[in-house]
Amino acid sequence: MDSMMMIDRWLHIVAGVLWIGLLYYFNFVQVPALAAANADKEGPGPAAISKYVAPRALLWFRYAALVTWVTGAYYLMVAPQYSFMGAFSLGIGAHNVGLTAIGFGAWLGTIMLFNVWVLIWPNQKKILGLAPATDAEKATARRVAFLASRTNTMLSIPMLMFMQAGVHGIPF
Amino acid sequence: MNPLDSIPGTIVAGIVLAVVLAFVAKAIAGA
Repeated sequence: MDSMMMIDRWLHIVAGVLWIGLLYYFNFVQVPALAAANADKEGPGPAAISKYVAPRALLWFRYAALVTWVTGAYYLMVAPQYSFMGAFSLGIGAHNVGLTAIGFGAWLGTIMLFNVWVLIWPNQKKILGLAPATDAEKATARRVAFLASRTNTMLSIPMLMFMQAGVHGIPF
Repeated sequence: MNPLDSIPGTIVAGIVLAVVLAFVAKAIAGA
C-alpha cells in the first residue's frame, strides 16, 4: 500500500506539472502568439498553430487534468494524514491545518478540472472546427474558453500554495 | 475592466485570492 501510495503521489505530481505547464503555455505563450499572428498581416498567420499545435496541446492538457484529479483523489483516500471526505469538507471541526489546506487545494483543483472538461474543451472544439459552429457561436466560444482558461490560471496560484501547504504549512 | 483580460491582472488576482483563502483556511483550522 505504501509503494502504491508513493507511486500515485509521484504520478499526481508528474501529471499536475504537465497540466499546469500546458495551462501556462496556453495563457503565456499561445494566446499572445495567436494575437500577434492575427495582427501581422504579412506574416504566415495563425493557421499552423490552430491546426498542428493546439489540438495536440489540448489532448495532453485535458487528459493530464483528469489523471491529476484521479491520482489526487486516490491519494486523499489512502494517505494516512488525510481523508477524502475530510479534505472535501475542508477539515471543518478537525482543527488540522494540513487537512484544511489540502482540502482547499482539492476544491480548487476540482473547479479547475470542471473548467477544463465543461467549459474549455467543448468551446475549443468549436473554435478549432472540430465541432460545428456558426461564426457567432465561435465568437462566444472564444470568449468563454478564454475566460475559463484565465480563471484556471488565476486559481492555479492559490491551488499550488495549498497543495504544498498540506505538508509544509500556509505561508501567511 | 476584467483583470483576467491581462496576464499581470490574472497573476495579481491569483495572489490576492491566495492570501485571502490562506487566512480563511487558518480560521477554519483554528491555526
